[in-house]
Amino acid sequence: MYGNDFGQPGTTDPGAGAPPHPLNAAETPDYTDALAEYFDGLIEEDQRVEPRDAMPEAYRTTLIRQMAQHAHSEIIGMQPEANWITRAPSLRRKAILMAKVQDEAGHGLYLYSAAETLGVDRSELLDKLHSGRQKYSSIFNYPTLTWADAGAIGWLVDGAAIMNQVPLCRCSYGPYARAMVRVCKEESFHQRQGFEILWVLARGTEEQKAMAQDAANRWWWPALQMFGPPDTGEHASSGHTAQSMAWGIKRFSNDDLRQKFVDMTVPQAQKLGITLPDPDLAWNEERGHWDFGPIDWDEFWRVLKGDGPCNEQRIRTRVQAHEEGAWVREAAEAYAAKQAARHQPEAVA
Amino acid sequence: MSSGSWPLWEVFVRARRGLSHVHAGSLHAPDREMALRNARDVYTRRQEGVSIWVVASEDITASSPDERDSFFDPAADKVYRHPTFYDVPEDVEYL
Amino acid sequence: MTEQHTTETVGADPGRVADPAFDYLLGLGDDALIYAQRLGEWLTHAPQIEEDMALGNVALDLIGQARALLTHAGEVEGPDPVRDEDDLAMLRHEREFRNVQLVEQPRGDFAHEMARLLWFSTYQRALYSALLTSTDETLAGVAAKAVKEVDYHRDHATQWVLRLGDGTEESHDRMQAALVAVHPYVAELGEDHGAARWAAEHGVGVLPSSLIDAVNASVAGVLEQATLSMPDAPRWHARGGRAGVHSEVMGYLLAEMQHLHRSHPGARW
Repeated sequence: MYGNDFGQPGTTDPGAGAPPHPLNAAETPDYTDALAEYFDGLIEEDQRVEPRDAMPEAYRTTLIRQMAQHAHSEIIGMQPEANWITRAPSLRRKAILMAKVQDEAGHGLYLYSAAETLGVDRSELLDKLHSGRQKYSSIFNYPTLTWADAGAIGWLVDGAAIMNQVPLCRCSYGPYARAMVRVCKEESFHQRQGFEILWVLARGTEEQKAMAQDAANRWWWPALQMFGPPDTGEHASSGHTAQSMAWGIKRFSNDDLRQKFVDMTVPQAQKLGITLPDPDLAWNEERGHWDFGPIDWDEFWRVLKGDGPCNEQRIRTRVQAHEEGAWVREAAEAYAAKQAARHQPEAVA
Repeated sequence: MSSGSWPLWEVFVRARRGLSHVHAGSLHAPDREMALRNARDVYTRRQEGVSIWVVASEDITASSPDERDSFFDPAADKVYRHPTFYDVPEDVEYL
Repeated sequence: MTEQHTTETVGADPGRVADPAFDYLLGLGDDALIYAQRLGEWLTHAPQIEEDMALGNVALDLIGQARALLTHAGEVEGPDPVRDEDDLAMLRHEREFRNVQLVEQPRGDFAHEMARLLWFSTYQRALYSALLTSTDETLAGVAAKAVKEVDYHRDHATQWVLRLGDGTEESHDRMQAALVAVHPYVAELGEDHGAARWAAEHGVGVLPSSLIDAVNASVAGVLEQATLSMPDAPRWHARGGRAGVHSEVMGYLLAEMQHLHRSHPGARW
């Protein structure tokens, strides 16, 4: 997730915001054929699909779910880093971290906005997040225990996210692709600032070095899990990779992106002087890639399903903010209604 | 009384003087004043704009892709709208 | 508290002779820093995601002001050695902070924040407008940038006070209660203190007492439009922040803000 999309095994997602009844026109076979031809043509020519284009319901459903989960990840992802805003060790770091958390709120909004072009309302999507019917990237169910975690999130988590997101800039759905262009442009600073935090720590006192190493130890494997389960083999999920690739939503497989990430990150870790916590990590001359050890997919599914250190806390914080803000949102609505009523007579006259 | 959701607004940003406003995305706000202010915070954090428009999404009337043949194809044969349609002597400058 | 406490020695470091120029800048910088610290607590807790962004912007503006002002304060204080923004933010003790108590108060509900932001930004706007002509060119430069920022903060707070005041019955009551709660902390914004008197005499700064009436009048105008009323004069009002005497919550705020930095003496971040 965080730009990836897969369901939990054994569960079916009825589709975010799918209309309760099929749209009448979509029930006729003629329409379906015409639609298929038109839509397939767009995909084949690598054209962007735009909001009011006819599209298969499954494409629409998949996109809404993926964009919503991506947006949720940005919004929930604010929390582990916001945890360090009040304690940032310097004013420069405090300002950067605040700007970064604020950017994440912005990215969530861009993505909700893209999802809304398909006819769902943000409040429906937030309801699904709050009630656990839609997921967010499971990486945010881990805690940020030290300042170095702010660095590790930027370096590893944002690094992995960017890996996923850059191909999404060419995603077949126009609004999603455009939102991702904006997000990627803004995220380039996120990864750098994370690396810089660790770079300084790794050159600091013994305690700071230990802090940086400890953070890398805790975040490395969850970062690799962010790309989702393998595409093939015993751990492959019944995921949506094949269909999403056919639709041009996804451009690379989970395993390809994961490998790219490892290949990019290992030399950076060496530069930092940080040891990645994988004894099997080794350069494979033949493949021209870094080999890495087995990922604990049991842990991944366990955390995704709720058994992670922060799952409940993250949702509770989010729901609390939403509920405590209800009276504010209602007040603004009431004021807008009053203003509209006040201005109405003038308009008529 | 609350529907639990503020109306949706489309945001258009003029990146710099001399350019048109371009659609940037959308946001939720209770009314037009707040929509404009939210647009500033959401879409111009990096000096992306010198001017912003917000329009209630429901006020936008859009052409439908199904109609696009009748809507846009007629323009395809009006080549006289394009400057390259005209043969002019090559040594006339500033045309 | 008399002004003498502020002009003779600076807090817990008797080795440093108090300098009103330094002290005045600390007051300005600490107001911005401590309020940014409180506003930073809103991120992930705002009533709407758009508002997380708006409050984030306000906090970022204030952090920027604090950094510029504290850096300048350190330069004005002079060598042996020059204290930078982080020395001043992270290593001073509570008694050495010169902010008003308004900004250190804990985060309340959204109405409390808008009440505080409306008053504080209106005050900062009047202040920075006056500082545009400061004989301290660096300070005048900070003011020139900041005056535009706080204008926006004030507008944001105004928009919300109007909506909460003239929204629902609940929001009206909450907004009115927030005004009552915040009001005792307002008078301190307008209290003259030694450093401010020195600054006003030397054309560096401005007397707070010369600003406060216009600030209150401006706030009153917003309240009236928002169908709210200006609270009666409180029986008690906060005082002492400019001399380093704070409320109980300040110790916790600093413990949180400074803990990491202080835990690693001499470390770079």
